[in-house]
Amino acid sequence: MKARIKITLKNGVLDPQGKAIQHALSALGIAGVEDVRQGKYIEVNLHETSPDKARETVERMCKDLLANTVIENYSYELLETP
Amino acid sequence: MLRASVIVFPGSNCDRDIKVALENVTGFPVTMVWHGDANVPVSDVIVLPGGFSYGDYLRCGAMAAHSPIMRDVVAKAKAGTPVIGICNGFQVLCESGLLPGVLMRNASLKFICRDVLLKVDNAETFFTKCHLKDQVIRLPVAHAEGNYFADTATLDQLVDENRVVMRYCDAEGNVTEAANPNGSQRNIAGICDKTGRVLGLMPHPERLFELALGGSDGRRILESMLLSVLEAA
Repeated sequence: MKARIKITLKNGVLDPQGKAIQHALSALGIAGVEDVRQGKYIEVNLHETSPDKARETVERMCKDLLANTVIENYSYELLETP
Repeated sequence: MLRASVIVFPGSNCDRDIKVALENVTGFPVTMVWHGDANVPVSDVIVLPGGFSYGDYLRCGAMAAHSPIMRDVVAKAKAGTPVIGICNGFQVLCESGLLPGVLMRNASLKFICRDVLLKVDNAETFFTKCHLKDQVIRLPVAHAEGNYFADTATLDQLVDENRVVMRYCDAEGNVTEAANPNGSQRNIAGICDKTGRVLGLMPHPERLFELALGGSDGRRILESMLLSVLEAA
């Protein structure tokens, strides 16, 4: 299975990189951008074919390494791989 | 004597600086320990040095926190061995769970490399006892991720338990927004655990430990380690 993992900053955590992107967009003349938050996207291919077990593995990798839950949230979707 | 061990991660770059500084100030040889080893030799103090462990991949300190050696560092810290994390070492301490919070990208988004002034809030820890409370000292910082963040409850707890060890301040010792180089919550530059034996510090004492380097304020942190060990002997 393939896991598509998204890691985002929690609400209330300042994101200076997002702010810099927002300013750059406005400098490009792209109007109407209300807010920008930058995050991470990680794809993981797993041997596992059982969605339940894959979910367990992905939960563990997110909690233990991929996200720092002090400041970040994570979410993911699992896809069958051919 | 002082038995100090410095952990060397791939990408550490202040490991030899702290070794030279410690040997120079204390007179005792320092052991270098590779991150892939399973055990730290019996030590009076363990140092996690500054640098860019694992190229700062994923998050600063995140990979190093899962290095084989860190299992033993965490176990020894929990059993009472003093540990100091300097700059990247502070990031590793947070990622390993020995200290709360996290060091985020500087609010300015810039890498900051200059001397800062610090107010010593807690002069009673293993690493700070050669200072006076509220003493203002000058040390260099060199980081892109030194912006200390924790939730309000954690910050309040750190203050209540006297675990904020140093804060960025001005020349008069006022802790102001203007004196905050990186956006850290409450101007925090260094915090310790409940025992005062695990310290995370963004500034680099080893870069300013003798006058030939332009100042010697960093020396007192190294002298504090020696004094703490000698007092306990």
